[in-house]
Amino acid sequence: MIQDIDYAALAPPLILAVAAIGLLLADAFDAPRRVLSLVSGGSLAVALIAVIVLAGGDRRATLCLPDGLRHGGPRSCSYVADDFTLLFQGIVLGAAVIVVLLSQREITDSKMPVGEYHFLLLAAVIGALALVAARDLVLLIVALETLSLPVFALSALRRYDGTASEAALKLFLVSVVSTAIMLFGISLVYGATGAMHLDRIAPALASLDSDLDPVAAVGSVLVLAGFAFKVAAVPFHFWAPDVYQGSPLPVAAFLSVVSKAAGFAGLAIVLALGLPAYGHVWGPVIAVLAALTMTLGNLAALRQRTAIRLLAWSSVAQSGYMLAPLAVGSHRLPEAVAATTAYVALYAVMNIGAFAVVIGFHRHGRWDTLDDYRGLARRSPAVATALAFFLICLAGLPPGVMGLFAKVVVFRATVAGGVTWLAVVMAINTVIGLYYYLAWAVRLFTPSTDESYDAAPGVGARAAIAAAAAGAVVLSIAPQIVLQTVVQAT
Amino acid sequence: MMAIPLCGALAMLVPASRFLRTDFAVRAFGTAVSAATLLVAISAMTAFDFGDTSRMQLEVDHAWAPAIGLRFHLGVDGISLPLVVLTALLTFLCFLYTLRHPPAGGMIRLLTALLFVLEIGMLGTFVALDLVLFFVFFETVLIPMYVVIMLWGGAGRRAAAFKFILYTLLGSGLLLAGMLLVGAEAGTLDMTDLAARHGSGLSHGIQITAFALMGIGFAVKAPMWPLHTWLPDAHTEAPTVGSVLLAGVLLKMGTYGLVRVALPLAPDGAQFWAPWLGLLAVIGIIYGALACLAQSDLKRMIAYSSVGHMGFVLLGIATLTPVGINAALFGNIAHGLITSLLFFLAGSVKERWGTGDMNAIGGGMLSTSPRLASILTFASVASLGLPGLAGFWGEVLALVGAYRPHADLPRETFVTFMAVAALGAVLTAAYFLRMLAKLTHGPVDGVARPTGAAVSMQEYAAWVPLIALTLLVGLWPKTLLDVTTGPVRALLGGG
Repeated sequence: MIQDIDYAALAPPLILAVAAIGLLLADAFDAPRRVLSLVSGGSLAVALIAVIVLAGGDRRATLCLPDGLRHGGPRSCSYVADDFTLLFQGIVLGAAVIVVLLSQREITDSKMPVGEYHFLLLAAVIGALALVAARDLVLLIVALETLSLPVFALSALRRYDGTASEAALKLFLVSVVSTAIMLFGISLVYGATGAMHLDRIAPALASLDSDLDPVAAVGSVLVLAGFAFKVAAVPFHFWAPDVYQGSPLPVAAFLSVVSKAAGFAGLAIVLALGLPAYGHVWGPVIAVLAALTMTLGNLAALRQRTAIRLLAWSSVAQSGYMLAPLAVGSHRLPEAVAATTAYVALYAVMNIGAFAVVIGFHRHGRWDTLDDYRGLARRSPAVATALAFFLICLAGLPPGVMGLFAKVVVFRATVAGGVTWLAVVMAINTVIGLYYYLAWAVRLFTPSTDESYDAAPGVGARAAIAAAAAGAVVLSIAPQIVLQTVVQAT
Repeated sequence: MMAIPLCGALAMLVPASRFLRTDFAVRAFGTAVSAATLLVAISAMTAFDFGDTSRMQLEVDHAWAPAIGLRFHLGVDGISLPLVVLTALLTFLCFLYTLRHPPAGGMIRLLTALLFVLEIGMLGTFVALDLVLFFVFFETVLIPMYVVIMLWGGAGRRAAAFKFILYTLLGSGLLLAGMLLVGAEAGTLDMTDLAARHGSGLSHGIQITAFALMGIGFAVKAPMWPLHTWLPDAHTEAPTVGSVLLAGVLLKMGTYGLVRVALPLAPDGAQFWAPWLGLLAVIGIIYGALACLAQSDLKRMIAYSSVGHMGFVLLGIATLTPVGINAALFGNIAHGLITSLLFFLAGSVKERWGTGDMNAIGGGMLSTSPRLASILTFASVASLGLPGLAGFWGEVLALVGAYRPHADLPRETFVTFMAVAALGAVLTAAYFLRMLAKLTHGPVDGVARPTGAAVSMQEYAAWVPLIALTLLVGLWPKTLLDVTTGPVRALLGGG
């Protein structure tokens, strides 16, 4: 049986795969570390260009069922490069480029093996790219694992550091548990419908025997588990703070932006394409999870004294906001998916920006407390202003219009879907969130108490901060760029 | 056309940090720009067709983000026009006052920039005709005001600033949920469209929920008892210009929002909640008055008096009659003029005596600085509602409105409210007279000694327009009522 494979559609992950193997070989032959970083960043940029080129063309699908096995059903392609996929691939790749920029100094400072680091990073990105393009459950889970496994190794790459190993172990255990639950869910859904492709599962679920109904209901809820882990939603959230703190900071940035974006894309794909028939089951589940996630994340973030843990908990809380629109169930689902997508896209820009500043000012071997940021505005006004802007964006207030619009779209989708109580919970949570973001932003402008250290960010970090800040400003002036794209793509 | 001051202020914002070396130049620049804005507002007033006040005029309407149905839609009618002019005027006066009396704490550039952003937000709120746009402007004022309190405030500014922003943000969050609920159910975000429908197409339950959410949002801003606790702290700690804008304009955004957004969008909900709104308003009046009697700090007292005055405004809104709502809009403007004047005066007193504590200042101001004391007397008397001055009409019309509430509302309840509110008016007189007795009359016995008692040119310049308008609006209330009556009738559906 011979299958036609559309290599153009697969180009972005293929480019990265070739580059990843090349990197590993080059490292074995002692290529200088600058070259390795350049190849890594360059390949991501090339993949990004490929995505942009693909976005100009038509929807492409590949790895479809051969005609002989189709039995008159839908085409059932495993890998689809439509606008939604390409949008997420764009987010993932853009954020990954910034992560590479941020990694340069960390690799030197932490004495991490540079070839392995970049190889693992690229491998994880490949997983993310495949995840957002996957349209059947097998490819989804394989992609999810491809995304997860390298990250375990990445977070443990500082081998001499106890906290790093602990972080990796924690990440690993939570991941394994959630994957097991998800696989169980998949097996139940498969048992009930006899299909793995989402475009076959959806009609099968819509006309399911009533005695199989409980099986499919339980299955559809359990499938969420794997994604809940990726996006750090309650009850699979507690790895986030320790892992963010323990692993190298660029890896934390990767987890909080790239991996999370991929997780939300996967979640949206499964829910919208595969399980809309069971919206009445998973809708309320997600509503409760979203409410818990944002509340818990925000309350815990209030108590944090170190920058990185605060970012960790706040990104848990942000996951709650992103989940909220999906709580509508099958009622106005496309609108909800668009809202989540828009939020993820905007969040990626603001959060990677905040991470970039934190990484740029990180001193090796200690945790920066929030008080260490006192007086930053005097020492480097531009960077302090950028950080303050990112924080205000995350809080969702003008002049961070971008964040405000992100909030508006998720509120809108939630309310339109008839889950007003969740919107009220979200309103209260925004206030809690504002408190700690603002407390941090204010510290930047208050005079410092002790003598200041001058940790000037490296060139890579500077470029990353500048890129994220430029993105944030542009999107604040013209948020419709993202909003329009998202609506067209979903 | 209304976009001109916005763009002007925005454009001026950038060079403000580039050229103008000295602080004084920056302040002069700020004054000039705000004067230009005021001129544009006045020219908008002259371009406004007073024969047809209920129609939206001078509209700007562009698609902004069609994907979510968002439009950049601005316009003014009789309800918003007075507030727009008031905002432009007060901002200008603030700059004028700052010209000679910059707040302690320096960084005038930043202050100028923040005041501009504040002005944009305030003007934008009053002219926005799209719900999301309204919300964006509504939020825009938060951060600048927060920073103003935080950087130039008094001793307890940190806590006050945080309290201010957290309270108001909670309100805004609920407000957003309420507005989007209406928007999602009705399928449009355009306020003129929604207002024209008078809530048709929205089920009773939705309207009740939506009005409750929006009502809480605006009530925090207004502020309504028991959501007012941020206000005394914020006012007391804020610098003079901060308190003036806070009292003069920011509070109006809450009541304006109620009239402009909450009432027309969810009339059924309004009817359901009106008695409760009235009850809370009356409690606010009495509570504000009693709290004032217990204050020894001048600014704090004026802040609590705002709670009382805004209670009258809210009571007017709660009656849901044209008379009541006219009273509310009138009270808005009157309170904006008088309380701004009072805060300017309180700032001047504090600057001269070095304290706002009435016991420390002691009596005899009429002999030590007669001019300041006379103006203070005038403002207090206006604020307690002496006939012939602006404060009177808002209160009396609100009481009249409460005597004859909307036909579907329980009349007995409202008559009781009216009686209690009238008692509140008496209490208001009591605390203002007590304040005057303590400060202006009697022997000079204060601990603190005044310095530089003469009233400066800039102070006169800032105060005289307010005094003049207070007199004008008080003696010829028709000037203002004529403008607001038309749109209010249209708002309530026919009539």
